[in-house]
Formats: sequence, structure tokens, C-alpha cells
Amino acid sequence: MSKSARAVVWLVVAASGALSVATIAIHRGEEINAMWLVVAAVCSYTLGYRFYSKFIAARVLALDALRATPAERLENGRDFVRTNKWVVFGHHFAAIAGPGPLVGPVLAAQFGYLPGTLWILAGAVFGGCVQDFVILLFSVRRDGKSLTEMAKDEVGRLGGFVAYVAVISIIVILLGVCALIVVNALKASPWGTFTIAMTIPIALLMGVYLRRLRPGKVLETSVLGFLLVLLAIWGGGWASHTPAVGQYFALSAPTLAIFIIVYGFAASAMPVWLLLAPRDYLSTFVKLGTIAMLALGILALRPTLHMPALTRFIDGTGPVFAGSVFPFAFVTIACGAISGFHSLIASGTTPKLISRETETRMVGYGAMAAESMVAIMATIAACVLQPGTYFAINSPAGIVGQLPEAATAMISSWGFSVTASDMHSLAQAVGEQTLFNRTGGAPAFAVGMANIFSHSIGGQALMAIWYHFAIMFEALFILTVLDAGTRVGRFMVQDALGHVWKPLGRTSWYPSILVNSALIVGAWGYFLWQGVKDPLGGINSLWPLFGISNQLLATVALCVATTIIIKMGRARYAAVTLVPLTWLVAVTFSASYYKIFDPNPRIGFLAHARQLATAAASGATPSPATARLIFNDRLDAAVTAILIVMIAMILIESASGWVRIIAGRKQPVLRESPFVATRFATEEQA
Amino acid sequence: MMQSLFSFGTHFQHAWSVLHSVLREIFDESAYARFLERRQVVTSPRAYAEFLDETQAQRERRPRCC
Repeated sequence: MSKSARAVVWLVVAASGALSVATIAIHRGEEINAMWLVVAAVCSYTLGYRFYSKFIAARVLALDALRATPAERLENGRDFVRTNKWVVFGHHFAAIAGPGPLVGPVLAAQFGYLPGTLWILAGAVFGGCVQDFVILLFSVRRDGKSLTEMAKDEVGRLGGFVAYVAVISIIVILLGVCALIVVNALKASPWGTFTIAMTIPIALLMGVYLRRLRPGKVLETSVLGFLLVLLAIWGGGWASHTPAVGQYFALSAPTLAIFIIVYGFAASAMPVWLLLAPRDYLSTFVKLGTIAMLALGILALRPTLHMPALTRFIDGTGPVFAGSVFPFAFVTIACGAISGFHSLIASGTTPKLISRETETRMVGYGAMAAESMVAIMATIAACVLQPGTYFAINSPAGIVGQLPEAATAMISSWGFSVTASDMHSLAQAVGEQTLFNRTGGAPAFAVGMANIFSHSIGGQALMAIWYHFAIMFEALFILTVLDAGTRVGRFMVQDALGHVWKPLGRTSWYPSILVNSALIVGAWGYFLWQGVKDPLGGINSLWPLFGISNQLLATVALCVATTIIIKMGRARYAAVTLVPLTWLVAVTFSASYYKIFDPNPRIGFLAHARQLATAAASGATPSPATARLIFNDRLDAAVTAILIVMIAMILIESASGWVRIIAGRKQPVLRESPFVATRFATEEQA
Repeated sequence: MMQSLFSFGTHFQHAWSVLHSVLREIFDESAYARFLERRQVVTSPRAYAEFLDETQAQRERRPRCC
């Protein structure tokens, strides 16, 4: 293609993107088609990849195709393996795609589709994709070192310590929130609980098949497992309609929470590979398949968004979670725009597979753009619902009341029409007893997804199957995040405690395994229990806390990246990471301030504690429960404060280093691996 | 016409082989193949058990993103 033809193509892409974003942003008072969001996203990511990432690759990072990567220099056939770039891309995408980009946008849809969509697009192109790209490249240049190691080497010991605490915090809070989402999705749902329970014998069967009958045939085993899961979904329908069976699976939230805590402990402390490894494969298989199906469903159906561009709840009075659009939309949607957790993956397995430095652009920037597209699809799934239905599902009983009539009257009074009989019909259509008070985002996403799928294949007759397929998909891979995260957290605690007393660091010493598993499960289990017992549904308190801790980790990653860029002598380009860093600091500091000190009890932890204390003093509420809630509020405030102090510490340490380097008072020392020319240079040139 | 069909077929075949390679890597089939090649053994329940033991520590420390 000639140069002028290429220019015309890119002009068309830019014009289409601008038109789509303008349509999304300007339309008020009438519904728009979801394809505007899809086109805006595709054009934004394409332009960002073609121009912005190329600029970063050439000017800021100076990617060098002739420099041997650790996969080449340290190749051992195990961790370090030169791998085709598309394969690494798929591997990296599968590792970064989790429940976050699905849940966050669904919750943020209470502000309307506009704030979330704009943040997802801009956050990914200028923040998330950049973070993943630069951290991946810097890890490649340091033999695949982890983020915490790079923070220690490049920023300082304090940076390393903050990164370590940030990782532990995010793991604990993430696991607590993830478990709460599963509990809220499965409570009083015999169909969903039966299906998820059946994945345990299915995974065990897969384990035996994989180990004894067809060693190593994981894909084949996963396909078989998937077919069995489909059978289990059908079986769930039978179980829910058979009271003698269904009664054992219609569990309350506290009972489910206890099961999940026991499961998490067992997954961490016991050698249950026969269950966990096949479940991990099954979950990945279902995850990738479902994301692909959702994309095809949206393209085939081209649904209309019923949610307005902006709702009245941008003022902070929303029922799903309290807090105004700034800063809460930006901590609620983390993974679809920028996620600190990705920096762990980008400095974990992926850098050890990269064959050429130049491929970090496609893998790091490109995979995050794909993940961001998943978040756009989740926004669409939430916004195709009638707003009244969306709020009826996502509003906690503490806000809209326990009774369907009271809830629908309250939601209708906000201007989002819905009736108790509408909700009853919808619950019947998806095979549930009720859809009220299903906070957490997963059920709303499942209803939206079932809506899209059933309009594409099977009509209303398959609505219940699609709904439970979506619930199974979310619960399955959240449980995988839970057991993998618990083990990773346990290893991290063991590594740290090993410095205090050596035997505690021995990963094969059983007392150490039990103690450390109990510590990590106890930590996230406490947050889960707190959420289950919270009259406001738990998500109101815990999701912002998760968002803040995730953005804290992104702040650490961007501090490390900015430090390295300045040390490389490219301070004039430091804005590439400094701008998203500044934005994240503004967002996390503001959100933390509001969560701790806001006088509105629905937003501020301390105000809520004061309100409860006042009510208890006047004898309006029973005191043991109130005392626990007050303690929880103060604990959440303390955790938020600790996280924000951590941000301040690493910022101060990093910024003082930048100033000293730029002023020439400190010699910049890069801890990169020495340059070694690739043996495949001729192959590269050919 | 035939040429464009042939070209489409070649592209499709290439895309499929890339997708298959991606899935084999994600699902550790490639890692197992490398293990068999490195150890110079053929696949068997015992070889697979050894592969699982060898990669256990690496798999256990692999985080799953949120």
C-alpha cells in the first residue's frame, strides 16, 4: 500500500473514532446503539497502538531488536523459552483477563454509560497499555525480574517494601471482594450453586483423565470438561425444580462464605493438584470461549443501550455504591483502564517468553487494549438492561428495602421505571427465585449477557441456561483467582516470615504451610465475612477499597517506570508515565480521603461508624452487631489510610530521586542486564 | 477467483495454526512437549507426573489477574 493510501486509511480510522466518541458523548435523552461504543473502542485502540505505542517504542524506550532477551540468553526449556509473539500475546492476555474488567464497568454503569466508557478508552490508551508495555520491557531488560525486585533495585529499599505491601494488600482485598461477588451471585440460588458444586467432581475426573488416560492432552481434557459443565448447567435446572435436591443447594450468604473460606484454605494448604490444576485449565478454557462468544453476540445483535449517558447518580447518591463520579468511577473501573495487578504478570511469566524486545509492544500494549475491549463489552452488557432492572438487581436491601414493592417503588421514584411483576417475570425467565438485592455486579452482568445471547441463539427459551452459563463462567474463574491468589499470597508471606524465623520460610514444611495459609485466608476471609454481614451489601465498602489498592499498585509500577525512564536519560519523555501517575495519585488520594473522612455515612467509613455509635447509644440498634460494624468501618478506614501513606512514601522517595538525577546531584545507575547481541540477528533481518 | 480462494485458505490455515499454538502454550501442552524433548522420553502417565512435579512450584506461584 502506498504512503498516501495508508494516510487515507488512518484518516478514516481517526474520523470514525472521533465521530463515535462524539456520538457517545453528545447524545442525550435518546438511546444509542452499542456499535458506537465498539467502533469508538476499536478505533481508539488501533490509533493508540499504531501511533502512541510506536512513539514510546522508538523515542522513549528505544527498543532494540538486536539485543538478546532473557528467553534467548537464559533459555532452559522451562521458565525461559523463546516463544512466538502471537503465542506470548495469547498467553499474556489469558493471564491478565480476570473478573475485574467484567465487574467494575457493570458497577460503574450506575453513572450511565458515558463516564465508564470514556475512562476505559482514555485510561487504557494513555495509562494501562503504557504501564503494561513499559513494565514488560523493563523486566525483559532485567532478566525477567519481578516488580518488587525492580522497585527495590531502581527506586530504593523503601520502594521495594512499599511494592511488597501493595502486592499483599491487593491480593487480600481482591480475594475478599472476589469471594463476596461469588457469594452474592450464588446465595439462595440452587441452580448456580449446584452447577458450581459439580465443577469439583468434573475437575477431579479431568485430573484422572489427564494423568492416567491421556497424559498431557490438556486441550482435549478441557473440551471434555466443558461439555460436562454444560451438562451440569442443565442439571442445575433440574436440581432447582426438584425441591428434595434443591434444598441442599439453596444456601444463605453466610453458609456460602464459610464454604468458600474452607475451600480457600484447602486449596492453599493441601496438595490438591488433582482438583486445582484441571479447574484452572477449565476456567481458562471457559473464560476465553465466553469472551469470544460475547464479542460475537454483540456484533451479531448490535443491541441498543437503554441506560442513559449520564444518570442522576453522578452526584454521589448512587445505590450501587456511594460516591460521586470523580473519583469513584476511576477506582471502580480499574482492570479495564489501568490495573496495577497487570504489572505483576508483565514482570512474571511473560518477560521470560519474549523472543525480541520489539515484541513487548504488541504483547504489553496490545494485550491490555484487548482486555480493555472486554471492559467495553461488560459496559454494553450492563447498559442493554432497562435501567430500572439494572438498579433493582444491584441495589442493596439496605437502600431500597427488603420487599419487592418497596424496592420497585423506590427505584421508580428515581425515574427508572420498574415493577415487581417485571422483576418476578425476569427472575422466572432466568430460573431464579428473585433478582432483587443481587449486589456485586456478577448477576447484572449475567442477565445482560443472557439477554444478548438469548437474542442471538435460542430466544427466551434458553434465557435461564444462558444466565446460569454466565454465572458459572464468572464464579468458576473467580474461584480460580481465589485459589491461585491464596497460594501466591501464602508464598509471599512465607518468603517474608522466613527472614524472621527460617523454618517459616520453608515452603515444604507443613506447620509453616498451615500457619501461613491460615494467615492469608483469615485476612481475606475477614473482609468476605464483613461484606456478607454488611447491610449495605459489602460492595459499597469493599469494591472502592479494592480499586484503591489496585491503583496503588499501578502507582508503584508507574513510579518504577518513571524512575527508569529518567535514569535512561530520557527525562524529556517522562510525561509518558508521569501523566497517568499524576492522574492516579489524584484519584487515589481523593477517593481515600472521601472513604475515610466524608461526612456522608454512606461514603465515609468514620462517619458511618459515628452514625452507628450514635444509633447504638440511643438504643435504636442491637449493640453486638453494631459494635462489629463500627469496628469494621474503623478497620477499613485504617487500611485505606495505610495504603495512602504507602503511596506518599514511594512518591516522595521516587520524586526526590528524579530531582537529584535531573539536577545532576545523583549519578543514575541502571540495574539492567548487560547488552548481549542476539544470535538471531540475521534471522531478524531476513 | 481460484487464486484468491487459495490465498484465503492459506491465511486461514496460518491463523488456525497460530491459534492452536497459542492454546497449546496457554494449556501447558507445549511446556509438556518441551519437557519430553528435553528428557528424551515419550509421553506416559509417569512422564506426565514428573512434568507436573517439575513445574509445580512455577505453576503455584503464577498469579491470576483480577
